[in-house]
Amino acid sequence: MSFDLRLPIGLMFSVFGVLLTVFGLVSDRAIYQRSLGINVNLWWGLVLVVFGVVMLGLAMRGRRVGPPREGVRL
Amino acid sequence: MSQVQLGAIDYAILIVYFAFVLGIGWVLRRSVRNSEDFFLSGRAIPAWIAGLAFLSANLGAQEVIGMAASGAKYGILTSHFYWVGAIPAMVFVGVFMMPFYYGSRARSVPEYLRLRFDEKTRGLNAMTFALMTVFSSGISMYALAKLLELILGWSFHFSVVVSAIIVLAYIFLGGLTSAIYNEVLQFFLIVLGFLPLVLIGLKDIGGWNGLTAALVPVATDAGYPAGAWTHSWRYLGSAGTNPMGVEWFGMVMGLGFVLSFGYWCTDFLVVQRAMAAESMSAARRTPLLAAVPKMLFPALVILPGMIAIALHHGRGGLLPVGADGTPNYNLAVPTLLAHYLPPGLLGLGLTALMASFMSGMAGNVTAFNAVWTYDIYQSYIRPGQPDRHYLRMGHAATVFGIVASVAAAYATTRFNNIMDMLQLVFAFVNAPLFATFLLGMFWRRATGHGAFFGLLAGTAAAALHHGLTLPHGSAPGLKGGFLGSVLQIYPSEMAQNFWTAIVAWTTCFVATIVISLLTERRKSDAELTGLVYSLTPKVRDDDQAWYRRPGPLGAVVLGMALVLNLLFW
Repeated sequence: MSFDLRLPIGLMFSVFGVLLTVFGLVSDRAIYQRSLGINVNLWWGLVLVVFGVVMLGLAMRGRRVGPPREGVRL
Repeated sequence: MSQVQLGAIDYAILIVYFAFVLGIGWVLRRSVRNSEDFFLSGRAIPAWIAGLAFLSANLGAQEVIGMAASGAKYGILTSHFYWVGAIPAMVFVGVFMMPFYYGSRARSVPEYLRLRFDEKTRGLNAMTFALMTVFSSGISMYALAKLLELILGWSFHFSVVVSAIIVLAYIFLGGLTSAIYNEVLQFFLIVLGFLPLVLIGLKDIGGWNGLTAALVPVATDAGYPAGAWTHSWRYLGSAGTNPMGVEWFGMVMGLGFVLSFGYWCTDFLVVQRAMAAESMSAARRTPLLAAVPKMLFPALVILPGMIAIALHHGRGGLLPVGADGTPNYNLAVPTLLAHYLPPGLLGLGLTALMASFMSGMAGNVTAFNAVWTYDIYQSYIRPGQPDRHYLRMGHAATVFGIVASVAAAYATTRFNNIMDMLQLVFAFVNAPLFATFLLGMFWRRATGHGAFFGLLAGTAAAALHHGLTLPHGSAPGLKGGFLGSVLQIYPSEMAQNFWTAIVAWTTCFVATIVISLLTERRKSDAELTGLVYSLTPKVRDDDQAWYRRPGPLGAVVLGMALVLNLLFW
């Protein structure tokens, strides 16, 4: 018994992404002086959301298609 | 350096991470039914997962912190640990050695040695490996707890206990599968947690061109040619013109051939991940798939060190400076994290650091419990018990391994010198190993006596060489020269280490051949089938697509590594 590892990976990064994006939207601009004035939480949060959703999508597709066939077993 | 205050958002990220790591262990607890499930994941792991775990198990906090420190100290020369060291070795283990490791159905590297040679060679390897993994996991636990104490003000005890309990919990529940699944999760976290740091740092300093320009004064002020920090090969002609103090031969032979092949091809910590793969084909592809991200890792772990030293030099004192005037290179990554990342991403970066530490520690613990249970307990203490007994032992060994690591971490706080000495002894034991495996796998005449005494001779040669040489500017003691007279002074510690390895390997290689020829061969051809190259039927894979075949895949990987070497020549 095991499960599709892409599921927890996708979930965790989606959660991180949402946390960072929301924090980026509500946080005080002054904290971004360190990061050269760029709201890195917002941008990287969005990157993580995209990564997480792609992983989740792959996991869903994997569930529909069934596990990928490994070539000839030796 | 001033301490960093974490906000609620940073703690939220850390807690989410802990929840996922423990959750994976919890879900996988049902997958462990017998000892092979616990120690080898029931040999059912797909190649891409085994590959990323192969990478991640080696990517402990010491790798992240240490490679950045070397990046600051030596610049892009550090990439030789990857492009000359790890990559060719990973291709070699995948293409040439995995057929014997996986094909022999050995459950561990020491067990392969018993099948191929004899009991005493296995015993020697199992004992030293078990001790070594416990101590190195303790030392890295110590390093992480010290670091968190320094940058966050967390108590040393708190960091040690929390990290130990979490790693213990998920390995105890799901065995190797849980460790491997978490290693893959941790791999992505390490990449996505450190990448923003590199991107912001590069943007700040003006890209690669800006970094190259900023590193010129770093090199010239230290008395090296202007490009010494940004060229990996150009200044390797002689030891005096590059900050590592190594010439190309010592680099290629010592680091590339002996040390890296020794580590990647014989260390059970990494080989275990490939042994857990679902088929021979997946096992052989494991190190090859791992090699592709591996060769890009310098951008993630070495570049921050280079950026840190450039900023330190150009903008005045970014890194804390020690009493002797040299910057504390080990703080390159933590300093940059605090320098660039606002709350939020800071939490992600620190979580990535924790993740790298946990993946390294879990790697050590899972390798330890397998070797302890199969190669020591089952072989010498209680043989012939039902499988359930050994599964219980595996659980107990996990607890014991972690408790011993914690003890080693505390021992390090009190007796730093003893730990340095132990690491030195382990280096002597490890240096000759690759010669034994090479001869074992490719020369059927190699005997058990040859392997065992060859290993001892190699270890003795390493100790002798170390004891009779010194790196430039060091006093006799742990750094070498402890045998009284100093025959040779190397330009740097690194050069001394590489040459110690070369001497140990050569001695072991020659001694194994000579002793094998003088002793009687005990294993028949039939017994060695599947263990030695010339007696093992070739793995047929012509019917598979080229990108599933180890040969073509290995060639592509080597080609990519060559391009990287040329780009940063």
